[in-house]
Amino acid sequence: MSKARQLASLGNVYDDGALSNRNRIINGAMVFDQRNGGSSVAFTSAAYKLDRWVGAVGTATGTTIQRSTTSATGFSNSALITIGTGASPVAGAVNRIYQVIEGYNISDFAWGTASASAITLSFWVRSSVTGTFSGALYGASTIQSYPFTYTISAANTFEQKTIIISGPTTGTWNSTNGAGVYVNFDLGSGSTFKTSAGSWTTGTYIGVTGSTNLCETTGATFYLTGVQLEVGDLSTATPFEHIPYSDQLARCQRYFCKIENNTGNSQYLGILQAYTSSAVFGVIKDFPAEMRTTPTVAQSGTFGCGQAGSAPAGVSTTIGLLAATSRSWITTGWGGGSGLVAGYASVTSWSDGAYLTADAEL
Amino acid sequence: MNITSAQYITNRDGTNIAISAVVDDDTLSVPLDPANRHYQEILRQVEAGTLVIQEAD
Repeated sequence: MSKARQLASLGNVYDDGALSNRNRIINGAMVFDQRNGGSSVAFTSAAYKLDRWVGAVGTATGTTIQRSTTSATGFSNSALITIGTGASPVAGAVNRIYQVIEGYNISDFAWGTASASAITLSFWVRSSVTGTFSGALYGASTIQSYPFTYTISAANTFEQKTIIISGPTTGTWNSTNGAGVYVNFDLGSGSTFKTSAGSWTTGTYIGVTGSTNLCETTGATFYLTGVQLEVGDLSTATPFEHIPYSDQLARCQRYFCKIENNTGNSQYLGILQAYTSSAVFGVIKDFPAEMRTTPTVAQSGTFGCGQAGSAPAGVSTTIGLLAATSRSWITTGWGGGSGLVAGYASVTSWSDGAYLTADAEL
Repeated sequence: MNITSAQYITNRDGTNIAISAVVDDDTLSVPLDPANRHYQEILRQVEAGTLVIQEAD
């Protein structure tokens, strides 16, 4: 490519969008798996798995998903889905992996107006099954979908695919902290959720009629990585935007975070205040990132608290009345202890392996 | 989501601030935030008459 061509291409990228922060997909390289740490887990009922990625293949019992270290050149990880016992989907079956992009992150698309921007979706995929696969984007107050197809030509070989999608000029698209657009990769959904490819159409669709149903093949594998969605009609997608590890983790933590004591020892966690001789309350810990909305919180493991170097106060080993504010894990009343002095601080602790989670996924 | 129980959590002045719910066999603390997906589902199931939120202890 000539220098002039390179500069022209650079100019087009600038016109179409930004030179950095182009990718609206979070964890497109499948590096973060806070929930399962790379373990293979069931993928048969809809739930978040790798960070920001959600879905299930309920049609095929025994199907699993995991963060894999098998990946395309230039990537360290992929999402690996392994079909259990293959079966044909019923009409209403939903078998897919997808990500929901927050409205704030598509607000510059001008979707629903005459100025709607086209977008380019690119990704690396590998499967033991060849054929025409499909997916779809959908969103808006009155749901519109854009189904697309792509072809996997060679078995067990990573291939990059690029899909150009015109901007929808109608509909009201979320531009705040709700669901902006759903980006679906179909794994064998039923006929109810499939239609023709290549244009925006009213209704919720996940794939294209006649495309390959991965869920039908026992033991089939499907790897996905390098997923990028960027503004512009780019016949050649820009290279995958690798951003610093810490930045990508912070983006994931806007939707889900897990803090864990993995030091091998019991550690101090934070400071609460006793309000009786047997109970404490207050802010346990701030979230590591600004979350999308007030999250659902949960705990696992053994927790405790004590005062002024004395023996642990004997409070319940699970945090009582655990809750969240928009910024922190809190407890409104953690009791069961003894010997505490009301009004005094109480240092909390957590045992090795204990963790707290906060979930503000869409 | 399979929600098998739900009970309000109050702050120190007795105001409801969250719901302790068992969701898909996990015990979760769900804020009363309309943008939270678990709270949205709880409200949907309450509306459908399949779930009752118990008062706080």
